[in-house]
Amino acid sequence: MGTIQTEPTKINSHSSEKVHTSSVVLKGSVFTLPILKLSSCDLDLVEKDLTLRLSTAQSFFKNAPVVIDLEFTHDLTPEIRFTQLEALLRKHQLVPVGVQNGTQKQNEAAINAGFAILTGQSIDKIIEADRSRRDEAQEAAQKQDAMPKVSTSIVMTEASKMITHPIRSGQRTYAKGGDLVLLGAVNAGAEVMADGNLHIYAPLRGRALAGLDGNTESRIFCQSMEAELVAIAGNYRVFEDNIPPEIFRKSVQIFLDGEQLKIEPIV
Amino acid sequence: MAKVIVVTSGKGGVGKTTTSASVSTGFAKRGHKTVVIDFDVGLRNLDLIMGCERRVVYDFVNVIQGEATLKQALIKDKRLANLEILPASQTRDKEALTLEGVEKVINQLRETHEYIICDSPAGIETGAIMALYFADEAIVVTNPEVSSVRDSDRILGILQSKSKRAIAGQEPVKEHLLITRYSPTRVQEGEMLSIEDIQELLGIPLMGVIPESTSVLQASNAGVPVIHDDMSISGLAYQDFVARLLGEDVPLRFLDPEKKSFLKRLFGT
Repeated sequence: MGTIQTEPTKINSHSSEKVHTSSVVLKGSVFTLPILKLSSCDLDLVEKDLTLRLSTAQSFFKNAPVVIDLEFTHDLTPEIRFTQLEALLRKHQLVPVGVQNGTQKQNEAAINAGFAILTGQSIDKIIEADRSRRDEAQEAAQKQDAMPKVSTSIVMTEASKMITHPIRSGQRTYAKGGDLVLLGAVNAGAEVMADGNLHIYAPLRGRALAGLDGNTESRIFCQSMEAELVAIAGNYRVFEDNIPPEIFRKSVQIFLDGEQLKIEPIV
Repeated sequence: MAKVIVVTSGKGGVGKTTTSASVSTGFAKRGHKTVVIDFDVGLRNLDLIMGCERRVVYDFVNVIQGEATLKQALIKDKRLANLEILPASQTRDKEALTLEGVEKVINQLRETHEYIICDSPAGIETGAIMALYFADEAIVVTNPEVSSVRDSDRILGILQSKSKRAIAGQEPVKEHLLITRYSPTRVQEGEMLSIEDIQELLGIPLMGVIPESTSVLQASNAGVPVIHDDMSISGLAYQDFVARLLGEDVPLRFLDPEKKSFLKRLFGT
């Protein structure tokens, strides 16, 4: 994956000392993109399921670039009509950038429709490959589980979200289906949420809610505990001026021990 | 290239209008053609502080609604030739401003002026959004107290999400922190937040500290921006602030409590 960066062209008007630096610079960069796994070629059905999926998180996917995964569509007939698929995704304010895991024939059709062919590995796959090295038998069992018995035609997988700027009073941010990594402070009056864990490498002064979809295993990590409220899977605790001194402004982790919310310093 | 600078804070009464008046005067004094716009439609104050309230005929809303030309509404400052004021309307409300109208006026001013200072109303509603929407830079005015810092944090979030630069994905609005009504004695006694506390909470570059001084109130009442007053520490601090905005490296001053004179110490006053 690459970006094209444009820089102003510098041309000196005196022809004898004409200096010309390139107007484009090609650079490599790594992006995390949501993947749209297709398991049907019936675009009406796809649209119906897509509308349903997006209705819960419209703003998070607005104008989001997506990669279409064709893994489950190899034997499907009729062939996928990529041009129509693109129009459908654009209608729902998604920006399709490419396809992955397609057959030779599918890839050719996709290229003709203006898609890029990506060969990225999903995080799941990397973990899976890692596991397979350790335990082949387990891997076989896992593969059977992972095979598409899904009733819906679309599985949307999203990776974790990382934010480098501070979250300010009145702002909210939410990592759906993953972890939220924050490099700037969460200021008083701000709210950060994740279905997975929260990692805050800065002071936490606002509200932090992890395990929003009910995952009791999720945790909150922060570098300076000054929170107004913390919650894991709906179990919350508010702090007025009563943050215990042994954790106040300390690096802590917050997790659930049964129903009990535990806050422990990280040494 | 003209620069649009919004003076904003979220909270009211922290010194936005005082700052707008002094900063625009400061730019003009240093030879830059400057205009200051009052966005506080319905509660106009800038013209009072600039001492031109009796010369307001047409205002910002008249221009937006096509009832007057920009030239008719601009008031020339009585002291500085390259400073103009675009006053707000006292009889209308903030709904009279439209983004299209404001954009038209600002684009027109960009042609003729170097600095366009937008004096924002308090709050986070229409008027404040209009004032910050077209900004290239923002002066965030904060007092050394918790509620003011909280509101400044809120307005910084809005700058980063609702300004034109943020929406268009351009280079973000450049933020400058200005602490006003700073009283070193009260900070020392723990009654006010320290500069370090405020900076840590807001995390944007500190560009100036204006000490609390009675000369600010006197200047406002007299309709003379305090930056004109070379005898006032607030006026001098505003002069320093303007110099820093223009890229000069000027150290902060007036941050230590005033030392009591020998006689005062002797008589305990």
